[in-house]
Amino acid sequence: MENQYDVIIIGAGVVGNAIARELSKTCVSVAVIEKELDVSMGTSSRNSGVIHSGIHYKPGTLRASLNVLGNSLMADLCQDLKVKIDYIGKLTVAQDEEEVKSLYMLKDQGEANGVPGLEILDPDAMEKIQPNVGGIKALHSPSTGIICPYSLTIALAENAHANGCRFYLGHEVTSIKKTGHGFEIEAGKKKLTSRVLINSAGLYSAEICRMLGINNYQIYPCRGEYLILDKRLKGALNLLVYPAPHTGKAGLGIHLTNTVSGNILIGPSNEYQEDPEDYACTADIMAQLRREGHVLLPELKTADFIRSFSGLRPKQTPPEIGGFKDFVIESREDVKGFINLVGIESPGLTSSPAIALMVRDMVEKLLPLTPKTGFNGTRSGMTNHFHELSNEEKADLVAENPDYGEVVCRCEQITRKEVLDAIENPLGVKTINSIKYRSRAMMGRCQGGFCLPRIVRILEKDFGYRPEDYLLKNRSSPLFFGKMRQDTP
Amino acid sequence: MQTIKKDLVIIGGGPAGLAAAVSAKKKGLSDILLIERDRILGGILNQCIHDGFGLHTFKEALTGPEYAQRYIDEFQSLGIEAMPETIVLSLDKDRTLTVSSKKGFLKIQANAVILAMGCRERTAGAISLPGTRPSGVYTAGAAQNFVNLQNIMIGKHIVILGSGDIGLIMARRMTLEGAKVEAVFELLPTPSGLARNVQQCLNDYNIPLFLSTSVFELHGKDRLTGVTVAQVDEKFQMIHETKRFVPCDTLLLSVGLIPENELSLNAGVRLEPATSGASVDDRFMTSIPGIFSCGNVLHVHDLVDHVSEEASLVGQSAVAYLQNKTDSATAIPVVPKQDIRYVLPQKISGKEDVTLSLRVTRPMRNASIQVKDGDRKVAKKKLVRLHPAEMIRIKVKAKHIENAEKLEVSVQC
Repeated sequence: MENQYDVIIIGAGVVGNAIARELSKTCVSVAVIEKELDVSMGTSSRNSGVIHSGIHYKPGTLRASLNVLGNSLMADLCQDLKVKIDYIGKLTVAQDEEEVKSLYMLKDQGEANGVPGLEILDPDAMEKIQPNVGGIKALHSPSTGIICPYSLTIALAENAHANGCRFYLGHEVTSIKKTGHGFEIEAGKKKLTSRVLINSAGLYSAEICRMLGINNYQIYPCRGEYLILDKRLKGALNLLVYPAPHTGKAGLGIHLTNTVSGNILIGPSNEYQEDPEDYACTADIMAQLRREGHVLLPELKTADFIRSFSGLRPKQTPPEIGGFKDFVIESREDVKGFINLVGIESPGLTSSPAIALMVRDMVEKLLPLTPKTGFNGTRSGMTNHFHELSNEEKADLVAENPDYGEVVCRCEQITRKEVLDAIENPLGVKTINSIKYRSRAMMGRCQGGFCLPRIVRILEKDFGYRPEDYLLKNRSSPLFFGKMRQDTP
Repeated sequence: MQTIKKDLVIIGGGPAGLAAAVSAKKKGLSDILLIERDRILGGILNQCIHDGFGLHTFKEALTGPEYAQRYIDEFQSLGIEAMPETIVLSLDKDRTLTVSSKKGFLKIQANAVILAMGCRERTAGAISLPGTRPSGVYTAGAAQNFVNLQNIMIGKHIVILGSGDIGLIMARRMTLEGAKVEAVFELLPTPSGLARNVQQCLNDYNIPLFLSTSVFELHGKDRLTGVTVAQVDEKFQMIHETKRFVPCDTLLLSVGLIPENELSLNAGVRLEPATSGASVDDRFMTSIPGIFSCGNVLHVHDLVDHVSEEASLVGQSAVAYLQNKTDSATAIPVVPKQDIRYVLPQKISGKEDVTLSLRVTRPMRNASIQVKDGDRKVAKKKLVRLHPAEMIRIKVKAKHIENAEKLEVSVQC
């Protein structure tokens, strides 16, 4: 029946969507509720995009086991979903003997967690993998990878959607009532019911708990700022290079991160703050990142900084304690049918497919999960962007569809066809950012200066947009204030 | 993939590309192809609907589209081939281009190439503007496109950062359309745009210009709600006591133009740090033989008239190159000295008269530009007003530099 579901998931981040896709393999009805107008609007899109190996977490913790399992599941998942992933490996570099000790500690810990291929390298071997890396020893973890985090999150959602999962985007949960059979949820102007309710609300997970009278969780948003570098510097790094860890820090230290798109990131910083939606970038941190960037990457020029962004880690520990606390993933005894995920910070992205399996098993204890015939776990489309294809492949595609021949975004060389595909996305999201995240248009060095006017024109001519219809990311972020002059007939 | 051959390929159908094509054709070259990514020729001039173009070339004040049309008419009457709605994906050092359009992919082998791709605007990200990432932050040129070509009202309460010409033009434009332009803020102690634009676009409309003042933070999670501005000291550091909040729903950025040289770089063309454009000789040939550069992709101009004039020379040079009429004489380096930001061309043959284009580093009065070969003065130009926003040109006669070793250009007060 309308608005009645077996399972409702709150939060369309990478974890919520991974769970949705896992459950869409079965015959239960599933819906995802999200307060933003698109999926992947919070922590899931605002991070380094690293698929971690699992060396950093204590054996026996959920973070350790889910990370290692998630890492191993990710390759096949990405192949099915046409998401680019690159297992480029990582060097954790020690600068002194004290840090060397921590490398051996990490290696032992990683091996206890089941991380494959770990090796301690001396400077000669380090130099071969990454010239000019510095340091006296390094731990090499070959299973570390990179991925575009929002591409994965969007792909999971689209595949879940293709297999029958319903998405309520732009619906903020305002109240939850436990009933005899399950839950009544008010979201947006809708009343929805479910038998099982899954909280994967990330930064708002503690708030969702409180709606059900669970008051023992608290989320402390911890902001990490990044700078994005011009693709000109692609190739400066062969793999990820991190400093050796120091205890008590909330993150893994400022470092350079390659991305699958070819930009290098500098970051992230660590600053606790009150507001779970304050994605501002600050002058002090930006200056610090620029300084450290010049040290880490001597060929860096001022003109290479193309954009900054920040993300918020949903930490369970207040600033005075710092460090990490293990994920909470529980099927509540006191609130039967409520599966609760709190504090899924790093390595949440890597762990997401493993978390989905774990939650699936919890759901199965509450509801019978019979496999669905006709589940299709693969997504249509291309893993690569058009511009990454060979000239012969490109020529064939243009012959097939002339819209591939027109480049709309000059910097990223994104074609009209790719922009049209992004506009006509299966979830029906209609913001400018949704087009950006799906096509990569507007993500290059001119930041949309050239292509935004063209995309606006496409939306007007082909999709009938009026000036007031253009939204950057949500209903309160209009691009324009109507027409300048009324059209003359 | 189909491959075609062309004598001369011009990349870009804006004022530079058009003038280069027209002059090459007039010099007798027939096999010319101009590639333009837009539907129509004219480039950025199409959105510049204000007047003031053509005062030097045509001795009258034209709008951007009018100015462009004069060249488009000539281009078309000369029967030069244009390939619109086509983008150049790559250019190699052997002058092979890969181009893409709705008609398909094409390889073009050119005997000479003229780069005329123009420039792009510096963004909020490029100037590391702190704060939130709301809607309502546009580069001035993108805003000009929305307003002038798409009939879209971009905002009602507008702050402009940077006093580049496009920002000044947009201040007037938005005022005329009923928006309130709160102010223009400029980090530098002097305006970046032309003096006539400061007068005609700001002063005439009582729009305040705050020099040595910049935007230090964006506010508003969804739509822009305001900006924090403050004055800066001589080292461009914020003076904290002067911090204030200016409410606005729109911020336009006019903080500089960057020559669009990605194709040139991939081909291996050597760029000059001072201009971000190619290093050229007095034929406007880059470090790669047969590849020429002109217009805003070479160095950012303040007047389109100068772009056209420069491009006309480049068209002629390309023809001379194709007809083997250029000799590879020893090059004389031209070096900017005291108070000169850059001078162009970066090297000359010494065989022909040449016009040097240059910009000074700071505003000065009653000074002269001097070109010297060692202790010997070879050219001099006296000026009452010298300003970084205004390009200075100085003629050097061949007879004075035949045996020169190195030309040094400086300002003498």
